[in-house]
Amino acid sequence: MNELAERLARRYDAEGWHEQRKDLASISIPALRVRDVLAWLRDEEGYKHLSFITAIDNIERGVFTLTYTVRNHDTKHSLMVHADIIRENPVVDSVHLLWEQAWTYQRELKEWFGIDCPGSPRKDEEFVLEGWDQLPMMRRDFDSLAYSNATYAERPGRVTHDPAAYMKAQLYPEADQ
Amino acid sequence: MSSKKIEMAPLANEGLPLEERALFCDVPPREYEPARGVIEDFYNWARSQSLWILGFGTGCGAIELRPLMTSRFDMYRFGIQPRATPRQSSVFVIGGYASVKTLKRIVRSYEQMMGPKFVVALGSCTINGGMYWDSYNTIKRIDQYIPVDTYITGCMPRPEALLAGFQELKKIIRAGRAEGQNLYARNFEWYKENQKKVIKDWNMPDYNW
Amino acid sequence: MKRDRMPYIPPAERATPDLDSGKYLLMWQGPQHPGITGNMSLRLVIEGDTVVDCETHVGYLHRGFEKLMERRSWMQNFPLVCRIAVPEPDFNEYCYAAALEELSGIQIPEKAVWLRTFSLELMRLASYLMWIGGQAGSFGHGTIIQWSATMRDYVLDLFEELTGGRIYHMYIIPGGVRGDVPAGYFKHVLEVMDTVQKNLDDIELVMYHNAVFKLRAEGLGYIPPDWIDRYGITGPNARAAGIKRDLRKDLGYLAYPQLEFQPVVGSKSDAFERARLRLQEMYQCIDLIRQCIDLMPKEGPFRAKTPNPLYWKVPAGETYVAAECTRGEYGFYVVSDGSEKPRRVAVRGPSYTHAVSVMERLVRGVNIADVAGLMVSLHTYPPEIER
Repeated sequence: MNELAERLARRYDAEGWHEQRKDLASISIPALRVRDVLAWLRDEEGYKHLSFITAIDNIERGVFTLTYTVRNHDTKHSLMVHADIIRENPVVDSVHLLWEQAWTYQRELKEWFGIDCPGSPRKDEEFVLEGWDQLPMMRRDFDSLAYSNATYAERPGRVTHDPAAYMKAQLYPEADQ
Repeated sequence: MSSKKIEMAPLANEGLPLEERALFCDVPPREYEPARGVIEDFYNWARSQSLWILGFGTGCGAIELRPLMTSRFDMYRFGIQPRATPRQSSVFVIGGYASVKTLKRIVRSYEQMMGPKFVVALGSCTINGGMYWDSYNTIKRIDQYIPVDTYITGCMPRPEALLAGFQELKKIIRAGRAEGQNLYARNFEWYKENQKKVIKDWNMPDYNW
Repeated sequence: MKRDRMPYIPPAERATPDLDSGKYLLMWQGPQHPGITGNMSLRLVIEGDTVVDCETHVGYLHRGFEKLMERRSWMQNFPLVCRIAVPEPDFNEYCYAAALEELSGIQIPEKAVWLRTFSLELMRLASYLMWIGGQAGSFGHGTIIQWSATMRDYVLDLFEELTGGRIYHMYIIPGGVRGDVPAGYFKHVLEVMDTVQKNLDDIELVMYHNAVFKLRAEGLGYIPPDWIDRYGITGPNARAAGIKRDLRKDLGYLAYPQLEFQPVVGSKSDAFERARLRLQEMYQCIDLIRQCIDLMPKEGPFRAKTPNPLYWKVPAGETYVAAECTRGEYGFYVVSDGSEKPRRVAVRGPSYTHAVSVMERLVRGVNIADVAGLMVSLHTYPPEIER
């Protein structure tokens, strides 16, 4: 498999090959080459099956890390392809022409993270939410609890305990003294 | 039935485009006026013996409705059966958590149901949010948006618990205490206000009957 | 679409019907449609009784699991994950637990491996039993569900005996399984398996040899083999097209390498073939459960030592764990940044492709009465799309 890492590095400036399991590896590529790399992996290297597309919000570094997971069914090997895009203006090439289901994932990226994939079908339609007027909710700076408290009425009487303190008080009351 | 003057609606289906407003009703719901004495008792007995539930499984609790309506638990022997449309049904089973998108459909289906109508809410999520208490997309108590007659607790409630809950509902109906529909009519504006606070893109009629 | 022209491949482009022409009717199927599994709606444009165009709308069951998981500690997430897919929660538990163990470097004991395999197969059987009722019901057989839902209930009783839970089991916890097998349990399992198998024989006679079911399902929803990779189709839907692809064999996780089985493969790739294939897989499940009971070690620990769940910090890293669930490839992508909470958990549900892109294309040209049957034959389940 390391030949693949070398080829990817030579052709597409890929770096950071990491073997997680014998059937799973990950690698990082520049975001501008996403479509080239995936098309090459699909057509030349046999990674024909797209498992999923998702993103991770690395707010500390100011980037979204995209993850494209593809599988080669002949060698039973999966590859996670990472690409960083900046958080301020998140745009990435659409891969909906490579896989027919990719547009759904890109629609999800648009709604959940605000990542735009120009040209992807129906990307601006609402996907799972209706009438959402906040930040894209999977961004780390969107606070789910604060929004929930502000929007939905609560039944009084609900108490939240810190699990560690509660268990200590319940199970080992003598430890406090 | 009532000799009261019909009042026109303060909410004039504002969510709809102008040309569609006339297509929908513009009168708020009215409270039910019970018949006299024994006749009302008879009505209540009849109502309690034939509960037709709306086949709208709004959450994961709906998965237990399937064992309930098939041969093992067999709710038909209690006079309960599922119906496909809101127009034919009298019980709405809220099957657990309600996301905002579903809540919109719940409100609409509930208003389309013919009276007398009752609501059974399943699971912790309908009572106080359950394990989705901090979710941005699920409401925390359903009784802010539609009236509830009986709750069945659990996550999720077993079929036996559902049967017990339906028996409880029957008792309530027979005693004439199933006031959910009247509550909705009485506090209609309050319910609408709550609903509109949560459903941000209100593009449906205010009066769905 | 005339039945004698089936199987046929629907056009790739979406039609652009002129809704004002009066020739077409816009109709919504769902979300409260009894023929649909889970809540999901289809916006259908119909000409006569033939579907011209379809748009899927999901999100009625969106609870924001992936966001909630980022707010909770690793172990607190555990009761959440099983609630993503209601008919078969165990696959969620397994994928999440396996991902956690891989990141933390925990080895689970031999007995836990077998008990996990056993409970996953039992779950698969229960989920198929639920499916077969829906498939028969959507083609107008009311009887099958009366039988299969009861059989499923017997299987759920087994789960209750093993785990204490009927629907949500929370049995496959990180580090192993939650409890040992109660005394005399496997005797009950074998009895129930015999009952279910006898019932399946009846179901085969009544359903698969029924002229109505055969006529309506044959040729419906044909998936050409070259779609499998283009659309990312997995599981029985792919195997019915003649693609021998089963993650249990391919990835060889848990105790599957030690079990004797061959993936069931079909060839005709229509709704009837998929139904037939799933029935065979149900027999296979029963066989695998019996094998598990025979081969399982009787003694030994069932749980490895795990860190204190209150202060469990998972080392930084990422992994993707996939398993073959009833509908195809189910996977959890877990990212840890070394803290007490996950950085990101993403769920890959097989319905993501089956219920959206595949469904939207297959339904073009289908009679409106067959839409529900087609949807069930793809075995879609919306909550794993929207999570």
